[in-house]
Amino acid sequence: MSGYTPHTEADVASMLEFLGLESLDELFSVVPAALRLAGGLELPAGLPEPDVFAHIEDLAAANRPCGRDLVCFAGAGAYDHEVPAVTRALASRSEFVTSYTPYQPEVAQGVLQAVFEFQTLIARLSGVAVSNASLYDGAAALVEAVNLAVGTTGRQDVWVSHGVNPAWRDVLVTFAAGTGHRVHDIPLVGGSTDWAATAFDDVTEPGAIVVAYPNYLGCLEDLTEARARCDRSGALLIVAFDPVCAGILRSPGDWGADVVVGEGQALGMPLSFGGPYLGLFACALEHVRRLPGRLVGETVDAEGRRAYVTTLRAREQDIRREKATSNVCTNQTLMAVTAAIQLGWLGTTGIAEIALRSARGARYCRDGLLAVTGVEPLTSAPVVREFALCLPIDAEMAVERLADEGFLAGVALDPSYAGDRGNGLLVAVTERRTRAEIDAFVSAFEKAVR
Amino acid sequence: MVDDLVPAPAAGGRAASAPLLGRDTEPTLFELSEPGRKAWQLRTTGVPDTPLEELVPEEHRRTDPVMLAEVSERDLVGHFTRLSHRQFSVDLGAYPLGSCTMKYNPKICDAVATLPGLADVHPAAPANCTQGWLELLVELEAALCEITGMAATTLQPAAGAAGELTGLLLMRAWHEAAGNRRHKVVIPDSAHGTNPASVTLGGFEVVTVPSDARGCVDVDALRAVLDEDVAGIMLTNPNTLGLFEEDIRAIADAVHRVGGLLYYDGANLNAILGVVRPGDMGFDIVHLNLHKTFATPHGGGGPGAGPVAVSARLAPFLPGPRPTRVGDASSSHFGWTTPERSIGRTHSWHGNALVLARALAYVLVHGSDGLRDVARLAVLNANWLRKRLSGTFDAPYDRPCMHECVLSASSLKRATGVRALDVAKRLLEEGFHSPTVYFPLIVDEALMIEPTETESLQTLEAMADALERIVAQCATPEGALAALEAPHLTPVRRVDEARAARHLVPTYDARPS
Repeated sequence: MSGYTPHTEADVASMLEFLGLESLDELFSVVPAALRLAGGLELPAGLPEPDVFAHIEDLAAANRPCGRDLVCFAGAGAYDHEVPAVTRALASRSEFVTSYTPYQPEVAQGVLQAVFEFQTLIARLSGVAVSNASLYDGAAALVEAVNLAVGTTGRQDVWVSHGVNPAWRDVLVTFAAGTGHRVHDIPLVGGSTDWAATAFDDVTEPGAIVVAYPNYLGCLEDLTEARARCDRSGALLIVAFDPVCAGILRSPGDWGADVVVGEGQALGMPLSFGGPYLGLFACALEHVRRLPGRLVGETVDAEGRRAYVTTLRAREQDIRREKATSNVCTNQTLMAVTAAIQLGWLGTTGIAEIALRSARGARYCRDGLLAVTGVEPLTSAPVVREFALCLPIDAEMAVERLADEGFLAGVALDPSYAGDRGNGLLVAVTERRTRAEIDAFVSAFEKAVR
Repeated sequence: MVDDLVPAPAAGGRAASAPLLGRDTEPTLFELSEPGRKAWQLRTTGVPDTPLEELVPEEHRRTDPVMLAEVSERDLVGHFTRLSHRQFSVDLGAYPLGSCTMKYNPKICDAVATLPGLADVHPAAPANCTQGWLELLVELEAALCEITGMAATTLQPAAGAAGELTGLLLMRAWHEAAGNRRHKVVIPDSAHGTNPASVTLGGFEVVTVPSDARGCVDVDALRAVLDEDVAGIMLTNPNTLGLFEEDIRAIADAVHRVGGLLYYDGANLNAILGVVRPGDMGFDIVHLNLHKTFATPHGGGGPGAGPVAVSARLAPFLPGPRPTRVGDASSSHFGWTTPERSIGRTHSWHGNALVLARALAYVLVHGSDGLRDVARLAVLNANWLRKRLSGTFDAPYDRPCMHECVLSASSLKRATGVRALDVAKRLLEEGFHSPTVYFPLIVDEALMIEPTETESLQTLEAMADALERIVAQCATPEGALAALEAPHLTPVRRVDEARAARHLVPTYDARPS
């Protein structure tokens, strides 16, 4: 028996005796014999921990992590921001890591208060009144926002800017097969949503308009037109924002967003090969009764002291069942707690500082890369942390060549972004990139695209 | 009203000695904030310090700083450490929440997840930079297929409910590919709430079948609702009463006969690891909760991981891209492929990868025998508690259970006014987390207890002693009152949930001034 199960042979014997059983197998006598696995699972026998660790170390050694081996200029929804020792230490406290959903608030005030603080921080960053306690990732937050908008407006047509992360749009389409929502694409021109190409509010009644700020290509779009179209048509405005760039940008709420979604990975989570990340979901107060997932509220205990508890539970699946606003149960609470810690570490000045430093690095890097012969800008709109280029060679080939030189050069764009010219590359620069790294990247880039 | 008996030793599972200091309220981060303090330190980069005005056009610039909090690193550490002391956890003591499977989480799995070679890999890095990750995912997928008896697995879904919805979309795609449009999905009345919620989001209508007197699906009632409009059935086996659905083969045959598919909700897979497999029972689609069965820690409510395993005929519909071995079984080269009839992506990237790495470590340290022991000892523990407590509480289904047992405080409530909820609150101050209460919905005053295999006999005895003591105390008016007013010793007393909903305060800024 493993070191994780404390039973001695004597324990097992006395427990079986108490139950009037002869063997552990008898515990499963209700399982029809014909169904039982005769020879056991065809898996190796259990290995000692050091052997397992060595095996997984071998697997890890076959990867090229970002860091000294591969200097990271990739983004596309996953960013190499600073994760300080203090965030790692606090977020790995076992009280946060090994607890369950706070069903018994009297012994879960730690997680509940941390999530309440997270909700406050995200509401302030996004500029709307309420944030939930987290969803799986940015894509899941988008899906839930669209469900909320369709539920609120009773309209199944949803118009989504091509500037929204393509993987998120894919996920939206996947789940629309079940809900029956019709997802329409609004193209980009020069890196911004091409409103002129789409006269949808004259044709159909949209339930939601979805834009991203900054968008997938790193561009800042004027959201006035998006808001105006929502006002004219009665659609809800869903804005996919970035919680780091929000440190220097107008908030989505300020632009008039009804629902704000985002990917919170940049708030203290390592790149993690894509997960676990953090779906951000915030909205105006009037939509709170359709909010997906958990919400923590402040209240008092029996003695009148401040206390926290999950609230408006009647929306949720365990009570509302087939009429619930969402099926979400387990979310990403530990990531929400991590983000609260990281935002506490950054504070008022730090969130603006990492956004500003990232924008400075991106400007410096973009200027350097655009000086390389044959490299052209793909967009004309202003950018912050990320930008799209048109290369003289295939972008995937450039990424592979630059990996050999020790750089993760970015993410190759699919043809729907790069247009006729093709060869689109999306490059991100965070506050962690030094001038020396950027200079070295630019010179390697010059050789790679030759 | 707390007695001062020296508690029985509980071999790690009793938390009553935890030094929760006092009962002061912890201020929020915002109240700790002091203008001018800071914790952040960033890399010296030498990048030119272009002014913000030159970087971001005015119409896009924030006019006022976003006010977060201003604290020193020491303040931050103090605050979150004190919050952690106001939180129950598996590491602190036994957590017998039925259906939630709060077993001990081996630390090796956390150690694996912090390896920089895993944690610092960008999800969009080209496949030749992520061969180790791809191999890890392929290895986990193979293990999950063997454990469930299925042919292929998607690792994308981030939690059980995401797995359910993915599975239902697979069911939909399967029927549509065969030219059928079916509208109904059958679920038993004992099902988890996520099941009906997922069915609705999958675009189906819920048809509920009752449980019989033995707590299992009423097979005759099921046959009565099965027709050519039924896309499938979602079952948890063992079910949420902790009982094995003995008629599973008959159920499978009946559903398959009308062309429906069987969906296995893996919430309770931990009960049957290495003993019997969903694939062998006749299931077509299986989701697994890695944060339950494979002990990846639950993080206070996530992250989880909800991979979906399917039989060979459904494999072409799985979400893509999928990690794949390129070439034959001996190949050590890996890449991504998207199945020909894929329903599409269900996650921004590749799923909760670090959770998947933890699960693989768990599978490897346990191995074939170890996983079977997990199931055997979980079932042994649950049956021991069931038998020990069946005289203390009502036992609505008084027969051997699997990994959890459902008891009822119905008689206690009638006799003393003390409800399941009060027993749960009273147990908290005995140093144990409470069981799940009021679920499944079909049991009055339900107490759903899942001790898991990682609690010792001594812990079970101490927990049973505590529950018996609580019930015995309710015989007197003072004792009953103590239960009704419990808990007394926790960081806060009973929390006013009705007020939280009536006067909604979802952020610090929404507090009445």
